[in-house]
Amino acid sequence: MTVVGMLLGDGARAASTLTIATVNNGDMIIMKQLSGEFEKTHPDIHLNWVTLEENVLRQRVTTDIATHAGQFDILTIGNYEVPIWARQGWLAELKPGADYDMDDIVPSVRAGLSVDSRLYALPFYAESVMTYYRTDLFQKAGLTMPQHPTYDQIRTYADRITDRDSQTYGLCLRGKPGWGENMAYVSSLVNTFGGQWFGEGWKPMLDTPEWKAALQWYVSAMKADGPPGATSNGFNENLALFASGHCGIWVDSTVAGGLLFDPKQSHVADRVGFAAAPTGPYGKGPTWLWSWNLAIPASSRHADDARLFIEWATSKAYVQLVAQHEGWVAVPAGTRVSTYNNPDYQKAAPFASFVHTAIDTANPNGQTKQPRPYGGAQFVGIAPFQAIGTQVGQTIAATLSGQMTVEQALGAAQASVTRTMRQSGYLH
Amino acid sequence: MNRTAVHPPLTVHPAGSAAHTRRAHGFVLQSPAIILLLVWSVVPLLMTLWYSVRNYNLVDPTQRGFAGLNNYWYLLTDPDFMTSLKNTAILVGGVLAISVGLGTLLAVLYNEEFAGRGIARILVISPFFVMPTVAALLWKNLMLHPIYGVYSAMMRAVGLTPVDWLSRYPLATLVMIVTWEWLPFATLILLTAIQSLDTEQKEAARMDGAGMVAQFINITLPHLSRAITVVIMIETIFLLTIFAEISVTTAGGPGVASTNLAFLIYSRALLQFDVGGASAGGVIAIVVANVVAAFLLRAVARNLET
Repeated sequence: MTVVGMLLGDGARAASTLTIATVNNGDMIIMKQLSGEFEKTHPDIHLNWVTLEENVLRQRVTTDIATHAGQFDILTIGNYEVPIWARQGWLAELKPGADYDMDDIVPSVRAGLSVDSRLYALPFYAESVMTYYRTDLFQKAGLTMPQHPTYDQIRTYADRITDRDSQTYGLCLRGKPGWGENMAYVSSLVNTFGGQWFGEGWKPMLDTPEWKAALQWYVSAMKADGPPGATSNGFNENLALFASGHCGIWVDSTVAGGLLFDPKQSHVADRVGFAAAPTGPYGKGPTWLWSWNLAIPASSRHADDARLFIEWATSKAYVQLVAQHEGWVAVPAGTRVSTYNNPDYQKAAPFASFVHTAIDTANPNGQTKQPRPYGGAQFVGIAPFQAIGTQVGQTIAATLSGQMTVEQALGAAQASVTRTMRQSGYLH
Repeated sequence: MNRTAVHPPLTVHPAGSAAHTRRAHGFVLQSPAIILLLVWSVVPLLMTLWYSVRNYNLVDPTQRGFAGLNNYWYLLTDPDFMTSLKNTAILVGGVLAISVGLGTLLAVLYNEEFAGRGIARILVISPFFVMPTVAALLWKNLMLHPIYGVYSAMMRAVGLTPVDWLSRYPLATLVMIVTWEWLPFATLILLTAIQSLDTEQKEAARMDGAGMVAQFINITLPHLSRAITVVIMIETIFLLTIFAEISVTTAGGPGVASTNLAFLIYSRALLQFDVGGASAGGVIAIVVANVVAAFLLRAVARNLET
């Protein structure tokens, strides 16, 4: 394309092509569809989209940036990768102008994207965790969901509304192995039960009574009230199950709200209720905060053009554009205060202020029961966590499918995490 | 080249010199192909060996330098590694046993005359033309899915609870899927072998009073033994490296219940980004494949001699 641009000689600048790696989540698909608007206003920039499933995207993007292959100009990465990669010097620093209004970005989200008060990525959407439930099923069973349920209550409610004959399953939770799938949920579950990944000196703490209690709750609740085949259900699969009326309660990302309340995508749009994420015996602990962000690799040769695009895709104007084309309920959530202050959004999304509070108060660096050397709520902010989370995620899935008992699984997980930590030099 | 070394001095015999020149020319002409093949096979092997003794983790560039045999030690003492070897053996052995056993019976069956035999033969062979990823997806979502699958619908129809095949019996289900793909191959080869069996032998046996079973055991089976050896060899080579079916259906899980050696290496390299550990796994896979190949080739050679 560069060659074509130069041959055509369209003015002072040659046309450049930006290769964008992104996840196939709903909000990103909308971004891709609307990107024609960006190309219209920037005729000398062409966009080349590489849209992939989350796990595949991670592989591609990680190998690309770690080997300095320089295939992509814009990366879609999480707030797990941003600080780690920024410290490696893999990401370009960003300094958006005044009209971008950086102060409009929710502070907790912004904090996750900066290292030493330098910014390395712009947030596309952000999420915390909450409880969704079916108001009609609760009414039928004569139950009311409290604003702040506990895990014991969730279990009782799920038992009451499970009806296997009509394929209504009381409880849907993530079971698909992966550090960003089941381990995101399980880590936050363990936190509120008082467990944690590592103690002081990076000693793995998986064979503790807290992990055991949390997993026993998870496995027994999913066995009694979960859908069959739960080990292949990640975020998207559970979303489909809930939207098609198969789930009674679902604890997952706040971003699902925009999809569950959207009558175009959900059969139960008028029957969805929401509450805070359930709490366990410890009750406190770090809170889930995840954001999908756009960043530019330090090796990109089109960094200036790439900046233009990521500022466009995370701007206030982009939020307006999505609202115009897809309706307010579909706008990217969790990143801009102005979105939540918008009366149209509040009207279209009944969960808006609830989600805003959840994200605004989310503290991924909150205190676990024992002191801990790492940051992050539903992940551990160190490079080997991808390996650890993947391995332990498989083991947890094996308990869910009944291949291993909780004790066996935690013993195996403790051993494998210890090995990995020793191999990567954290433990001696 | 050794032969040229024992030749008398070349300048004395003009004929030898010509032969030498011809050979030298031949080598020059062949060399691009030979060098390409060497580069093709030896360079990746050397790089794998090199990486397997290095600390090389993609996501953690602070880990650098020589690892010695650490990567091997961590791999060989990893309980997942033994499980993956066991799973590889079960997958290969299971698929071989069923596809050869059932394939022989099907071959005998499809050798008989019956109405619609041509169509039936095409149907039994067709699964072989389905790509592994597609076959795995079909089985996972269309047939075995506990909520939407055909099997679950059938089980529900007769009042049974659907089984979540891929998480309850992951390895057995994989054996079934892979067998479905490879049974046609075994049937096809064995069927052509049976067709070359002289019918007079069978007739003679029948006149001597041999029943169907006796004929099968004493005539058909010995006749098929070469073909069976070939089927076993070719299938083993492919089955040792099954990957697509595992990746699509179970992703090695639950736990490591369906992880074979190929998938273990993949997960080390691309899910955990540990290039060093994955390379060590690669070297071990090469050793395993060579040991198996040596045994198989010997068996085939022995079989072809008799």
